[in-house]
Formats: sequence, C-alpha cells, structure tokens
Amino acid sequence: MALGLPENVFIANLDKLANWVRANSLWPMPFATACCGIELMAVGASRYDIARFGAEVMRFSPRQCDLMIVAGRIVMKMLPVLQRIWLQMPEPKWCISMGACASSGGVFDTYAVVQGIDRFIPVDLYIPGCPPRPEQLIQAVLDLQEKIRRTGTLTGREFQQRTQLQTPQLLTAPPSDLIVAPGDYRTATQRWPADDKSSSVSSSRWPLPQVN
Amino acid sequence: MLQSMIAGEQLLETLRERTGCPAISFSTFRDNYRILVPREYIYVVLQCLKEGFGFNMLVDITAVDYLYYPDARHRFCVVYCLLNTQTGQRLIVKTFLDEPDLNLPSAFSLWKAADWLEREVYDMFGIIFEGHPDLRRILLPESFADFPLRKDYPLRGRGERHDFPAISRAES
Repeated sequence: MALGLPENVFIANLDKLANWVRANSLWPMPFATACCGIELMAVGASRYDIARFGAEVMRFSPRQCDLMIVAGRIVMKMLPVLQRIWLQMPEPKWCISMGACASSGGVFDTYAVVQGIDRFIPVDLYIPGCPPRPEQLIQAVLDLQEKIRRTGTLTGREFQQRTQLQTPQLLTAPPSDLIVAPGDYRTATQRWPADDKSSSVSSSRWPLPQVN
Repeated sequence: MLQSMIAGEQLLETLRERTGCPAISFSTFRDNYRILVPREYIYVVLQCLKEGFGFNMLVDITAVDYLYYPDARHRFCVVYCLLNTQTGQRLIVKTFLDEPDLNLPSAFSLWKAADWLEREVYDMFGIIFEGHPDLRRILLPESFADFPLRKDYPLRGRGERHDFPAISRAES
C-alpha cells in the first residue's frame, strides 16, 4: 500500500458508498389510484416479492419514503395532493411513473385527467403497460438502482442540475382542432406514404384501402 | 302490462286533479313509466307523488343536454327517478329547461337524498336548484369554471387540466 494504511482500512469514493446503500434500500410510497395499484400490491406480495431487491417496505407516510410510485391516472383534483406528497418526501427521493395513465393519461384523454404526471412533478423512470406486468415493475426498480449507482452523489448534486421538467411540449393548438374523427384507424391515427412507392415503408407490408 | 297502463292513466288523472296542472303527460318505454311535467309544477308534482302516492325514495336526479339533438325543442331535461318502497313501483319524472332561466325548485325538503344529487347536476350541467342548502360543486374542483357535461363543452376541456404550477427536481 503506497499510502501506508493500516490493515482493515479501505479507501473508497463516499458517493459510491452512499449510492450502494441507497440503491439497495428503497422505501416506496405507493401512490396507487387505479388498477396499476393492484399490480403494485402483487409486486409487494410473496409471489413476485420485491423484497428480494430491498424495496419491500411500503410506507403510507411520505415522510418515511424515498421512492414515489405513481400507479394510476391522476385527475386535476388529485394533482395538488400528489404535488404536496412529493414535496413532503425527504431527500434523496425518486419517482417512478407506472403505467400508461400516469405517464401519458392513457386512454383517458378527457377534460379532468392530467396527461402525464411529468408535466408537474419530476419523473425518473417510466413503465409502459396497461397495467404493466409485475416483472416490469421489478425491472424498473432494478433500473432505478442502476441509475442511483451511476449518477447518485452523497449530497444530491445531480438533482440540482434538473431545473427544467423533462416533459413533452405543451400542445399549442386549440383542443377542438385535435379531435380525430372516427373512421379508418389506419389512416386516422398514422401517416403512411400513399403515393411514394420508393418509401422505406412498403405499402405491400401494410395493405391500405385506397383513400380519395 | 295493460293493467299497469290503466294504473298509469289513473295516476295521471289524480295528479292533474290534485296539482291543478292539465299539461302533465304520461308515457311508457319498456317497463318504465314516465311523467312529463312543466317546470313550474315540478315541485307540487313531486310533493304529491311523495305524499299521495307513497314514492318515499328518491333514487336519482340527473339531466340531459339536448343541444344539437335532432327535433329537440328544449335544451335541458332534468330527470327524477322515484321508488315506492312499499309496492316496488318505480316512476320517472321529467321536466324541460331552456337557457337563460336554468332554475328549478330544490327537492331537498322532500327527500334528503336530493342534497348530493342536485349538487352533481349543478356541477355537470349548471342547473341551479333554488332552496338547496349548500349548492356547491361536488366532484370537480371549486376553481373549475365550466359545466363539462354540456354538449358545447369540448371533450378535452379548455386547458383546465394543465393549469397547475410545475415542480422541477431542483426545487423539490
């Protein structure tokens, strides 16, 4: 040892030590508002058993948690509650947006449903699915552990850099112009090159009816 | 069915007699009995049905917006569903409303169940129930400015759902 350290003394990066501890001891706050919450409960129970990854202690007080799992759609009356609970959680904290509804509003594109919680609170990880399989949530926890190990710091410096929400741009067109009239879903929901034969998207692969 | 029809006609005659309103009409659809009442008489008709015919339970109050509806003569219809818990008989009472006068007398003094039901109709359609003890929004936030179940309200709203402050990671 060049430094001449006595035995049983190790030199390590303190950030890595903190990340190792934090990643393997996540305390989820289950913000379950819909059917995704049922999958979340299944993950917490014995069959899928998130205890194997150190995240099994679900607490219903935000003061005792560091991982918010938003499972389900958030309506505009619930959003101030969600924001308040997020602010009540102590640092360091992370957020998983579980399922299509929490991430984008899902099929509930109506006047009262928030189209993605990432418009209003920071989100670290998104899980697709409606609802996601329990394995997907376990994978998300593993991915979050990886993120904590790679980017985490002892003092939480990495959070200070996230001053902007990483959210999709807000829609600028008036809402009435965005309504897609019911019809052929292949032409109404996707744009295919109807005339361009040399396109990379082969029209034989996706046979379309001729539309005038 | 025939006997029920006769009972319905008898009920109608008695109602016309007791309330003094000749314009009450009666119709059936499948096994529903429906009474159409002019809006001025809705409270006396409900009172008569409760006290004279034993409709002691108010099951539901709801409303319909007939804007853009073919051949509709009125904008709104308020629907009361009544139940006689002694005989099991059900009755639907309808009345029509037009803008700008969207006031109806509250049925709260007859059935306590009308409290939240009328608040819901007010919340969704903007129909004002006069005499209601606490006519506030029941489902939507207090700050909501519109009546979303009206047909001229866009499905995706007017941007209310995104009118909140955002919290970034650095400030939370």
